[in-house]
Amino acid sequence: MRLQFPAAWFYPLPVPNLDQPPAAAELAVDRDFLRSAFRSMLVARVLESKLASLYKAGKIVGGVYLGKGQEAVSAALGTALIRGKDVFCPLIRDQAGRTAFGETMLDCTRTYLGSVEGPMGGRDGNVHRGRPQEGVPAMISHLGAQISVVAGILFARRMKGCLQDAVGATCIGDGATSTGAFHEALNLAAVEKLPLVLVVANNQFAYSTPNSRQFAAGDLVERASGYGVRGWSVDGTDLLACASVVREAVRRARVGGGPQMIVAHLLRLSGHGEHDDAFYVPQTARQSHYGRDCLEIGIRQLVEKGVATVDEIAVWRDQAAEDVQRAVAQAQQESAPDPYREDWSAIATRFPLSL
Amino acid sequence: MSVTYIDAIREAQEKLLRDDERVFLYGQDIATFGGAFKATKGLAALFPGRVFDAPIAEDAMIGLAVGAAIEGLRPIVEMQFADFSSIAFNQIVNQAATHYYRTGVPIPITVRLPSGGTPGSGPFHSQSMEGIYAQYPGLIVLTPATVSDAYHMLIDGVALDDPVVYCEHKFLYRWLKAKTINNEHLPIGQARIARPGKHATVVAYSAMVHEAVRAADRLQRDGWEIEVVDLRSVKPLDLDTILASVARTGRLLAVGESFPWGGVTAEVVSLVTEHGFNLLDAPPQRLNSRDTPVPYHPKLWASHRPTPESICDSLRQLLRF
Repeated sequence: MRLQFPAAWFYPLPVPNLDQPPAAAELAVDRDFLRSAFRSMLVARVLESKLASLYKAGKIVGGVYLGKGQEAVSAALGTALIRGKDVFCPLIRDQAGRTAFGETMLDCTRTYLGSVEGPMGGRDGNVHRGRPQEGVPAMISHLGAQISVVAGILFARRMKGCLQDAVGATCIGDGATSTGAFHEALNLAAVEKLPLVLVVANNQFAYSTPNSRQFAAGDLVERASGYGVRGWSVDGTDLLACASVVREAVRRARVGGGPQMIVAHLLRLSGHGEHDDAFYVPQTARQSHYGRDCLEIGIRQLVEKGVATVDEIAVWRDQAAEDVQRAVAQAQQESAPDPYREDWSAIATRFPLSL
Repeated sequence: MSVTYIDAIREAQEKLLRDDERVFLYGQDIATFGGAFKATKGLAALFPGRVFDAPIAEDAMIGLAVGAAIEGLRPIVEMQFADFSSIAFNQIVNQAATHYYRTGVPIPITVRLPSGGTPGSGPFHSQSMEGIYAQYPGLIVLTPATVSDAYHMLIDGVALDDPVVYCEHKFLYRWLKAKTINNEHLPIGQARIARPGKHATVVAYSAMVHEAVRAADRLQRDGWEIEVVDLRSVKPLDLDTILASVARTGRLLAVGESFPWGGVTAEVVSLVTEHGFNLLDAPPQRLNSRDTPVPYHPKLWASHRPTPESICDSLRQLLRF
């Protein structure tokens, strides 16, 4: 028998009217930004749909974790950042942000499919990938732990005198705001006045645990002022709103405004991973304002604003599908790591040392 | 003039800050105040912008150090007491220790752990964590026992590309003095014969080296010549030096101040049994603290940790075989 969840478990949030986006959305968001961010959303969705199919076909090593429903805020962040200058530490549901920040599709497919050619060489998998020396730290599973790492990169750059107007960004979910690591790191970043942008994707459920069992604050953004951090609340299903809020937060961090915390309200449109059917998400949540699909809203917004045509979007989608097929095919042809060739050493130092 | 163990740690950090611009110090109360044990006294004034007070956030402190290491710096993080590194455990063992293996990017951070018991310090200011950290792949765990090693192993540890857990013993801070710091020293990873002998080997590290030497001095009056091996680093563990010593003596006692379940002494006994079973004339023995939290009262504390008396007792039993 399935558990029945009372409607109150789904935290009621103010529902903005799509036809009248929040005032922040009126801030200048240029056409190129929206096209670029949307295209990353679309690529991520197509890529992740393929990953889900591969998982169901038993072709994936380990789990698959989708960002479905979180693409708008993630892509807005990745698009607002500058690769080669900024730091971006994505989390579990940030395929769109990764794509927007310039991660190659092969990095993704190779890691999920266990190719030795991937950035982790088969030593770590799925979403635990990155290129730390290119400004993309590789997340560990312990939530909240990446915030202080990004802070440390910014701190070091400031010490070295090469920070300039770079920013560092990372993402977490509603569940991770309960961790000590989150608190320690956000406080530390605020004490150091670092240009850190933290996106909290409040997707209503941490694995299966609803907001009501996670925190008692009305809106997580209320926490920001307690840390001395600028807080932003945004409708995560609204690409225009995400684009304007994220850009403005990143801009403020860039010009010395200190840490910025953006809370994006949305609903996870998948299970925690593809092994999870999310039966515990009540119908009321799915049918609510936040249950809508940010990709569909994004299409409507782009078309209505004359930023892109339906035909163009169809071409982008087909192109993405083709790129995904190619990236999957290549990763599948590549070798798995070879335990007999593996350097079974966890340290860079080669003992014995001599003086 | 003499140099204490804590002086050596301070001098090493001064030298590191002077010689290597990648080095910076981060920890609670270490800047103006100079650290709870004065290991960084005066360094903030000598090196402006290189010595930072941290908030009481051990997890974020190590996270920050990892980020700085990714950027090519060499942070030295002072935990005010080793015991509090439990709050940073995740960042040390999961973030720092796995990073090189996962990404190929090394994390050259040094975490200083003021370790071990002193009278009256109680359960939360007395712990020895070396065994726990040594268990994790990706970490180098140093346990200097002498003034010269405190100095050189800190400098050599910071030069390594891997995360280093540097366990400095609080009991030795001011009690242990040397006339001067020797320039000659062994590389990290090599153990030292602290006292030569032929009837039994005591493998010890950190403050227990001195307790073992005292015990050996006492037994000498009865005609026993006890060899004391100072491990210097518990990871890597210099099995060659240990086996060579056991080959000479035929008897092994491993002494550690940490809790008795598992840990460094268990590893030493296990490795010697595995690789040098035929060298042993008697069953190898271990001596650790008692299996309780470290007690506060000096009388209880003195009975909780291995002492020259308890080491002598263990050795007499071992020599009876």
